[in-house]
This record gives sequence, structure tokens and C-alpha cells, in this order.
Amino acid sequence: MKENISMPIPKVDHQEKMAGAANYVGDLKLPGMLFAKTLRSDRARALIKTVDTPPLPEGYFIVDYHDIPGRNRVKIMIDDQPFFAEDRVNYIGEPILLVVGPDKQKILEIMAQIRVDYQDIAPILTMDDAENQDLPPIFGDKNYFAEFAIAKGDPEEGFARAKYIFEEEFSTGYQEQLYLETQGVLGVYENGQITVYGSIQCPYYVRDALMQAFGWGSERVRVVQTTLGGAFGGKEDYPSLIGGQVAAAAVKTGKPVQLLFDRAEDLEVTTKRHPSIIRLRAAVDENYRITTLAADIRYNAGAYSGLSNVVLQRGMFNIAGVYHFPNLKVKGRTVATNTVPNGAFRGFGAPQAIFAIEMQMEMIARKLGLDPLDFKMNHLAQKGDSTTTGGTFRQAVKLPELIATVEQLSSYRQKTNEFTNGNHKTLKGIGMSLFLHGCGFTGSGERDFIKAQVKLRKLADGKVEILAANTDMGQGLKTTFRKIVANTLDLSVESVIYQNPDTTRVPNSGPTVASRTIMIVGKLLEEAARELKQRWSEPGEIEVTANYRHPTDMRWDDKTLSGDAYPAYSWGVNAVEVEVDPLTFEIQIKGVWSAFDVGKAIDERIMRGQIEGGILQGLGYGSLEKMESRQGKLQQRSVTDYIIPTAMDCVKMEHRLIDNLYDDGPFGAKGAGELTLIGGAPALAAAVSNALGVPLHKLPITPEYLMEVVKDGPKN
Amino acid sequence: MVKSLTPKTLPEALEFRKHQRLIPLAGGTDLMVRKRSWAGTLPKFEYPALFIGGLAELKGINVKDGILTIGAAATLASILEHPAVPDIVKQAISIMASPAIRNAGTLAGNICNASPAADTLPPLYVLGTVLILQSTAAQRELPIAEFIKGPGQTNLQTDELLVAVQIPIQSYDVSFYKKVAARKADALSKVSFAGLAKVSGDMVTDLRMAIGAVAPRVVRSKEAEQLLKGRKIRDLAGLIPELKKIYDPLIRPIDDQRSDAVYRSQVAHRLIEYYIMQCASATAHAK
Amino acid sequence: MGPKIDFTLNSRPVSLETDPLRRLLDVLREDFELTGPKEGCGEGECGACSILLNGRLINSCLTPVGTVAGQEITTIEGFRLTERFKVLDKAFADAGAVQCGYCTPGMVMAAEALLRKNSKPSEMAIREAISGNLCRCTGYGMIVEAIQLAAERGEGLW
Repeated sequence: MKENISMPIPKVDHQEKMAGAANYVGDLKLPGMLFAKTLRSDRARALIKTVDTPPLPEGYFIVDYHDIPGRNRVKIMIDDQPFFAEDRVNYIGEPILLVVGPDKQKILEIMAQIRVDYQDIAPILTMDDAENQDLPPIFGDKNYFAEFAIAKGDPEEGFARAKYIFEEEFSTGYQEQLYLETQGVLGVYENGQITVYGSIQCPYYVRDALMQAFGWGSERVRVVQTTLGGAFGGKEDYPSLIGGQVAAAAVKTGKPVQLLFDRAEDLEVTTKRHPSIIRLRAAVDENYRITTLAADIRYNAGAYSGLSNVVLQRGMFNIAGVYHFPNLKVKGRTVATNTVPNGAFRGFGAPQAIFAIEMQMEMIARKLGLDPLDFKMNHLAQKGDSTTTGGTFRQAVKLPELIATVEQLSSYRQKTNEFTNGNHKTLKGIGMSLFLHGCGFTGSGERDFIKAQVKLRKLADGKVEILAANTDMGQGLKTTFRKIVANTLDLSVESVIYQNPDTTRVPNSGPTVASRTIMIVGKLLEEAARELKQRWSEPGEIEVTANYRHPTDMRWDDKTLSGDAYPAYSWGVNAVEVEVDPLTFEIQIKGVWSAFDVGKAIDERIMRGQIEGGILQGLGYGSLEKMESRQGKLQQRSVTDYIIPTAMDCVKMEHRLIDNLYDDGPFGAKGAGELTLIGGAPALAAAVSNALGVPLHKLPITPEYLMEVVKDGPKN
Repeated sequence: MVKSLTPKTLPEALEFRKHQRLIPLAGGTDLMVRKRSWAGTLPKFEYPALFIGGLAELKGINVKDGILTIGAAATLASILEHPAVPDIVKQAISIMASPAIRNAGTLAGNICNASPAADTLPPLYVLGTVLILQSTAAQRELPIAEFIKGPGQTNLQTDELLVAVQIPIQSYDVSFYKKVAARKADALSKVSFAGLAKVSGDMVTDLRMAIGAVAPRVVRSKEAEQLLKGRKIRDLAGLIPELKKIYDPLIRPIDDQRSDAVYRSQVAHRLIEYYIMQCASATAHAK
Repeated sequence: MGPKIDFTLNSRPVSLETDPLRRLLDVLREDFELTGPKEGCGEGECGACSILLNGRLINSCLTPVGTVAGQEITTIEGFRLTERFKVLDKAFADAGAVQCGYCTPGMVMAAEALLRKNSKPSEMAIREAISGNLCRCTGYGMIVEAIQLAAERGEGLW
């Protein structure tokens, strides 16, 4: 193939998925396979005094922390979370043990007979509780997993000279990934080697977790990805926990063990998007320019640190949105609470921050009597401007083009005018959000921690196999990776092979996260393919390797969190039109328009899938998707109660892509997967705000919240 | 082990019912959710299930002497397709759950489930629906409001089956149904409202309102409806404060995982007011 | 074990002895190794387990196997052998309607159930018909288009 890379091709995994023939982990059935069910804490915070288990019938096992021969801590960043609770539990749902055996009914009977004797400790249930000095801290002496600060310019001076100061507090709730396939792993122990198959986003993370759990070398640990039924970040770190558990069960029983979550269990105990409280203070000068932004950001991490500290960092780095403010002061904390640990979810800390800054910009503009879009456009970052971390926007920023495109698609100006000044019998509104996403790992992560490697192998039959550890979760990676290689080598896509990663077969090209995969790993594949092309005529099998090289012009100091946080940025603009029911405040979406700069789309149709799916997740986050914790217990524990959009809750969307080639990405591509979620909620919030004439400070924007805000009727 | 029964005829089903405690199951779309257990294990039924979904005697939908009779095993989808079913019932069913649920679930099941949020109840209340309950010994009729005692509680006796739902066919001048839910499909009600009114000249001759999910049972106030009956339509708006007073103690919603009491209560009052205003205006130009 | 239950599965008569309360979904996946129907929620909300009962869409996770005695069941494994499937297959591919694929078998069954009743559905009718089939990847637009495309191309098949 040698065409414009963006031209869509049929997805390589379409056929098997369409026919219902793809094997997800729950579809695998091995001879002698046992089932496992998890006994969980029903206390938010307690010491475990005793665990009484009944005599077990033959063939049934209990697997707990005694069965973790190495370190009973899930390897992640700060290794604080046990695979199985030892003497204490820190959240409702924390795993204590597995009951394993051949008959599920019997397993349930055994579970019902297990008695755990707890001694309760006063729990820290909210971020405000965490400030209460009387409660013993969960982590450290201040109850934060981390506290970070960044600053640039002279914020004190900025506030001192301000003509106006605007201060607002924003809060956002949980968001559940709600991948259609729940979490699941299958452990097999054979010939001294443990294999974990599963719905796993990052096979090497699980491998490393297993090595630590067992104290074994990599030759005894194997992790294989099965077809993933969605992940969205939710299968980034969580599979390390259950992978370790199922491996311990397989080793103990000597049989294959399946651990699959029911939906209710998945909703209740797996990681979610962090609830946040963000306080913003902006100094505005006499020319209506924001000179300074101060932010205090708290993310509720839950009971264990997981990925929270890096999630928070991304939130902090995004707090200025697409804008350039000369002075900045940002403080952030990941708060430890006795609630389910939170983790990665598409956007990774950015959606909370972008919502806050977009709302703040709208509110300031309205208070100053200015048009919100004009006000925003007066502050857009441009090439050469400094980023929040004092780095530089090093590539062209095509925001004005993106904005103009969406303005035109949506008739934004005309509608804003009409909805704001027209008759208010029907409550119509339109809102626009501007956003960006830093592509790849923060700072020097790629160079210092990931050190990605890929291989290409030319086989005897002339086909080429990609050896990399990245996973197709539905985002189309199997197709885009193959396109990159095929296009570079002038081969057909059918001549390029990419199998689900198996850690004993493929090098560690890093996790499939952080909008890094196409940009970083795809670039390595392009480089490897170029080398292979030159060596193509060599006889026999050929293997070429490509290793990550850090862009030489990127500087980053991890201690001070300063410099270039990301090698590149992708950009987006969304407009959303809504109609709000004046009786019930139900929100109906009437139109969605968007434009994106992702460098270059590797496949326009796949990109469209990312756009429409991401935006709808963002709109769900903004309106329907409410999850609350009360007394440490999540209240929405079924798909009936945790509401995601159906096909009836959205309309046909329209989008445009604007090319902006990036030299260090394959064919000019940058990250695309996360960006598309970020703008939905703020655009929706702006639209509802426009419809009702009230400022909004909270996600999700439920009718209940609107009723509270509007009180005695909408608009004056 | 719990042993489920599949009767071939209605008399056989009633015979089974007479001799043992059974849980009647037609479509299963509600029971199988409430009694579900770990995937791959049996649902947790306290008593054996009695499968009545296949009984031919219970599948019919027909009209006789001005009464629409819907068999207890008629699926929601088949009710939706039947021309004689009142619009207000169809409106409720058409946005209830999902197509797959409507293909299996039944109206009788929605009634027996007796959820305060059941979508079909407010329309059935205002339509004056009567339920036919049968045992081997006898057949009796109960107005729907008397059948439902509270959340999950009905007057169905352990030897009885709800065999048919009967709705008097009448024509109404102002019909309004509203379901308030978190999304447009596949959702449980936060509040639901059904209103029916008859107008003659400039006078309201009959006005009925039922509100779901705001109290343990569907709210319908005879007192309020009496107050409205026989009024001139131009006087309706003036009665709203008085109506609010009547409904206020009846509308006693709860906070739960789907909504909160303040919202439910406010929306219920707004819907009552909206409907009264509909009656006031929609009929005004008719005269 | 339990009583004998006979029904037609993907055009073949089948018979099994089992507890009639078992979920049809479990019976299909475990006893017949038909893993196309999937469990996404276990409570009839997501539609991943959708199959056809006498040509109508139902949730197999809410169906006790005892209630399908004497009836006709079609899963994706049976439907994929038909001409109609081929049309839907191509349309889904051309529209890019498949991402993670977990909802896909159920979505395809919902499309088939719709087109049987309404061979020229409007966009709204399509959205309505798949409203009990959740998809978290696509935002639905490409699925809606795929079904529109299939309806156009499959003229006369439905």
C-alpha cells in the first residue's frame, strides 16, 4: 500500500469480532479449570482480628496473603497496596481471600460460611475528613500520597497588580470506565512457569507485578493479552492486582483458575476517575487579560496510591488549559481516603482540570461583560509560549483554525446570540470548549523508565511480524500498527502480522496508555520498518530492533516538575448544543461538532471512532454518569443505576481533522485517544449554562443539580 | 433443590399453585434481575418458579363490551402493537426498558412487581384498571389501587394468579404521560406522571392524575380530583395552590441512588401544575 | 440435572436435561459452547447477551432456559451463516462500527431483529432499536450508519 496513510481500510480484527468468534478471557475454557470468587471487606477501615474458614471439601482452596511467596504488594509506583489484605482493610471491597474450586455453587456456600472478625477504626471517608487531625492518617503523616507545587512568573506580583480577582471552586465526581467486558484473568501454572491470560491493557505491568509477588525471574512469568472488550484506562493497573491473585491460586491448586468479575463487583471495587475539588483564583488586569492563575487541586485517590500521583500531575499541568498566563501557581494533593482506589481513565487527570479552567474562563468573561469565546481567544497559547511547567509549545498551535472550523460547523456565534437574547420558552443553549492533551508520558518517563523497544521480524515467507507489547483494546491498534509498517515497507496490510502480546515473545515497548502508543511506539515501528526495507534483500529471516531515543531538545527536571512535560500536544475544539426541559431540567443533546489536530490520523475512520466514542464518554461524564460514595460505599453498583449514554442519548456528530505534522511521530501523527474525551463535559456545561443563564460549578450536571442551582425558575 | 414447574394449561397452573408455594414467572425480566446470583450459578428463588409465559389462555388481547382485556402472558411488545390499547399505556410502554425487555416482559409482571417506580402503573391507575385474579376455587376482581399494597407487596394470594388486566375503553380529551429518567431509554423512572381528563364545553367533567415513584405507592388523590371535577376550565389555574396543599402530604419521595427527594417532589408538583395548565389551555380553544 | 428441555438452536433441534431456571446465556455458553453471546451486566441492561427468540430480540441473561422449551433460538453463531449477516458484516466493516467488539454480537442481533420488522428504518428507529445495547467505544454513530447501510444494500433480503 502506498497511499495517503489516513485513508481508511477495513479493520484487521473486524471479521472475528463481527462473527462473535473473538476470544475474550471469559470465553476461554481449559481442562480442569477452577473458578475463583473474592471475599471482600465490608468495612471501610478496620483491623482484621481473625478469619474463620469452614473445613473445605476436597478440591476447594482458600488463597490469601500466605500464598504470595514474594512481596505482598502490587508493583506500581508506591508499592502500598497488598494483593490480599493482611491484618487490616482500608476500603469496602478490599480483597481478603479467594475461594477456589470446581463448582461455583459450592464456592458460594463456602463463602457464606467464612467469618471475618474486624475491629473498626474511624474511617476517612471524604477529602474534607482527610483534613481532620483527629482521624489517624491512612498514608504518611498528612494523609496525602503526594503534594506537588509548580509555579512560573511572579504570581504574587500578578495578584498585587490585579484590577479584578475571580475565585471559584469546582468539583467533579467519579467516572466509571464501564468497559463492556468486565475485568477478568486466567492463571495457569505449568512446568514451574506461571502464565496469566487476561483482559490486560499493559501486559508488562502485570508481568512485573507477578515477578515481585513471587520473587521469580522473568523466565518463570508469562503474561498474554486476550481480546480486550474495552479498557479506557480501567485495565491499566487493576489487572496487576487480580493477575497476582489468580497466579497465586493457580500455583496453589496446580490447575487453571479463572477469575472473572460480575458487573456489580466490577463497579464496586475497580479503579475510577478521581473525584476532584479544584479552587481557581485568577488575576485580571485593566486590559481584561488574565495575568495570573493560582490553583489548589485535590484529587481523591482512595485507599491506595496506585497511579494517583501521576494522574494529579497531569491535572496540574493542564490547569491552564489552552491558555497562556504569564504567572502561575499550582498546588496539588492526592488525598488518601478509605474508599475504593482510583486510577487511570482516558484523559488521566486532565478532564477535571480542563472543566475547571473552561468554566472559569466562561464565568470571568460573563462577569466582565465579554463574549466568552472572544475572551478565550485573547488568551490562546501560541508556538513559543511557555507551558504551565515552564517548557515551550514547540510546534504550531492551530487553535484559531480549529475554532473557526467548529464555529462554522455549529453556527456557534449565531446560536449563542439567539439563545442568549431570544425568547426563553424553550431552554436552548450552545457551548464551546477548547482543550489540549500532552502526548506520551510526562517528562523524562519514556527515557528513564519505559525505554521502549520494538522488533520487526521478516519471516521466511516474506511476511513481517511486529513484536511489541501494545494492546488493541478496541481503539484499532492492530490495524494502525500494521498500516504504519505496511506503508513504510510498501507491503499489503495482510503481509504484516500482529498478534496479541505475550511477554515471553515480545520486547517491552511500554504500556498502552498516555496517548503514547501511535506517537512513540508507532514511530519506532516506522524506524524499524525503514531499516528493514534497506536490509530487505538479505537472505532468510531478518530481525530489526528499534529503541526509543529521547528528543534532544526536550528538557525536564523531575524534582521541580519543570521543563517540557510532554514532547507534543494534540488539540481539540468541541461545540455542543442542548435543550433543557423547563419542567424537569432533563438535558437533551441537539448537536455535537468538533475539530481536532492530532498531527496526522493514521486511519480517518478509526479516528472517527475515537472522536465519537470519546466525545460521548465526555458527555456522559458531564451529565448522566453519577457515582457517589456514602459511608465508604459506592451507591451506584449496577448498570441500571450507573447510567451511561444509549444510542438514544446522542445525535449524529460532525467533525473535522486538521493536519499538523509532528516530526517525531509516524507519518506526522501525535496522540489521539484521550484528547477526544476531554472537551465533551466542558462544552456541555457551557451549553447548559447558556440555556439556563446560571454558572455551573459541578460535574455531572444532573437535573437534580440544576434544580438546586436554578431554584425558583430558570433565567430572569 | 428448587424444582420449577411448566404447566401446559391454566387449570394445571392453578392446580400447581393450590398445592405449593410457587413464584409465577412470565417473562422473567424482573425476577431474573432481582434473584440473580454469580454468573454461571442458578438464580436464587426461594420457591420454585411457575412458568406461565407460555400459557395460551393468558396471551390474548381483546375488547368486549367496552373493556380491553390483556392476558397476563401478553408481552409488552405485543401490547404495544395492539390497536385497542389506550395511547397513554402505549406511551409508557414504548419508553419502558429496552426492545429486548419489551419482547419478554409483561404488563402483569410490571404490576405484580409492585415497584413504586413501575412505568405502567400511573397510566393504569388513571384508566381505572381492574385486575382479574383466579384460583382453582374462585375468580375475583380488584381495582389496581387495591391490589398494590406497597413496594413489592400485593394482594395476590398464594393460590392465585393474576390472569388478566382489564381497562375500560373510554375517550379522553387531555391525555398526558411523562416519564422522568436519567436517560432516554433503558432507564428506571425518577418520577412518572399520567393525567387524563374529559371536558364538556367549558367544563371539566373528569380529571384524573397519578404520580409514580414519589411515595411507596402510586399517588392518586380522590380529594384533588373531586375538587377539579365540574369546574370551569378557566377556573383551573386558580385551584393550583389548593391542589398543592392536597398533594404535598402525599408526595413523599426518598433519596436514593437514582435521584433525590427534593428533585422528585419539585418535579411532581411541576408536572401536576403543568398538566392542569394543559387542561386549561388545550381545551380552551376546543370550545 | 433436571427435566428434559427441547428447543431449536440455530435451526437444529437440541435437547438437554438441566435445571429450567438456569440462565439461557449460561446454557448457550457452557453447554453448547456458543460464546458469541456475552455477559456484560447480567441484568438485561447492556444487551451483550442478546439473541433471537422466535425472531424477536431478547436478553439471554434474563431468560430461564425452561421458558424456551419448544421455541426457536438464534445466536450470532447461527445468524452468521446467513446472507443477511453478510450484508450486515460488510456494512459494519465499511462504517467502522466495530471497536472492542464485545457489544457487537448483541448489536448485530438487534440490527437483525429491527430489519425483520422494518426493512427501511429511519435513524431514530435504529437508535431506538439498539437502545438496549450499550456500546462504550463508538458513540453509536458508526453503528447507526452501518445499519442504515445494510438496510439500503440488503434491499429485498429483509
